[in-house]
Amino acid sequence: MFDLSEQEIAALLLSLKIATWSSVLSCPPAIAIGWVLARFQFAGKALLDGLIHLPLVLPPIVPGYLLLLLLGNNGLLGRWLNQHFGISVAFSWRGAVLASMVMAFPLMVRAVRLSVAAIDPRLENAARTLGANPLLVFFSITLPLAAPGILAGVVLGFSRSLGEFGATITFVGNIEGETRTLPLAIYTATQMPGGDDQAARLVVLSMLLALAALAGSELLSRKLHPKTAN
Amino acid sequence: MLDIHITLARGGFTLTAKLHSTALVTGLFGPSGVGKSSLLQGIAGLLKPRHGHIAIAGDTLYCSAQGINLPPHRRRIGFVFQDALLFPHLTVRNNLLYGYRQLSATERRLSLDAVVAILEIGALLDKSPQHLSGGEKQRVGLGRALLSSPRLLLLDEPLASLDERLKQQILPFLLRIRDELQMPMLYVSHALPEIRYLTEHVVGIQPGFVDSTIPFSSYADPSATPPNN
Repeated sequence: MFDLSEQEIAALLLSLKIATWSSVLSCPPAIAIGWVLARFQFAGKALLDGLIHLPLVLPPIVPGYLLLLLLGNNGLLGRWLNQHFGISVAFSWRGAVLASMVMAFPLMVRAVRLSVAAIDPRLENAARTLGANPLLVFFSITLPLAAPGILAGVVLGFSRSLGEFGATITFVGNIEGETRTLPLAIYTATQMPGGDDQAARLVVLSMLLALAALAGSELLSRKLHPKTAN
Repeated sequence: MLDIHITLARGGFTLTAKLHSTALVTGLFGPSGVGKSSLLQGIAGLLKPRHGHIAIAGDTLYCSAQGINLPPHRRRIGFVFQDALLFPHLTVRNNLLYGYRQLSATERRLSLDAVVAILEIGALLDKSPQHLSGGEKQRVGLGRALLSSPRLLLLDEPLASLDERLKQQILPFLLRIRDELQMPMLYVSHALPEIRYLTEHVVGIQPGFVDSTIPFSSYADPSATPPNN
């Protein structure tokens, strides 16, 4: 059953590539925004919070369609990027990364926000009285203490990216070798007469991948906090 | 030593503090919930006063009239908290050295070895704070603040979470810090005997105000407070 065809291996590798890029690129802004939401009160906070969380509650086709309107080759921003820099994200794997980022972002922000909010702010105050400037306080106290939660968020985001379907197919289509990730390959297989075997193989592959991601995060979090991970 | 006159507001509660003292150790005595912690946070720069001025040993840290407001990390005010607040992800050694590492070599007035010897915490250095007893945590918290070479040490009910036996164990360390290191301290407590153990210079705190020019009622000591300004 696990004699994978070339196309299946290509879909698997593409999925991993897109999910990895999506997680790596989302991480810094998710940490920044999660930290801001956990630690500060400001005008427009509810609006920012709502906008970030929208992809979580909208049908995925909506963010995908909005991305297409904005960044498609005839989109507002897409046309400008294409004309001036020759950059095109529509119908390319880069666009798939973008779609994954938008969909996984709220999950990562939530994880960061919760783990930062759980840190006693008096620890940060103690660090300040010891001569640490705000940047050092963030990197030496806040970030390490929030690390297990942030890691959980990254794994959640990575898994969400692996499973991303609606926004991706709307924004970048279903192009073999370029944007046909595992979920899209499964969908394609189910649309083909006699594709059930292939679909089943890809389904099992997806499940193994998700389990591996979860196991990996568990291992990492034990390494980071050996005393608290029980 | 202390030249403080500030008004602090926090959650509908206002505190006006006039604190002038030339003593090495000044005690601030009063019940819980009258704003002692707010006052210390104001001095450390963690809570911005509404107006006033704060000068320690001649250096102005805050002055609303001149627009001076040093951030906490530039004030060199050591803070010892009631529950120590050790960094849970760092070993005792790295907790102790946290503030020390922010200083240039010329700013360091104490060495790790000296502080470890005074507080007798040599056996704890490689432990994690989770594995310390309450008294050990408090000694490490003291050491951490001392190693940041502060110009003033603020102690906010440092013994309140310890039982009587542990209090008796920690108090001699505070005496050594006073006598051997000549470290200026502002010691806040709701337990008068603790304060009296360390200093004769006691200031009472009332709901809403502190005034060191008013002699501390039951233990009035004219020499404890300098003449009015």
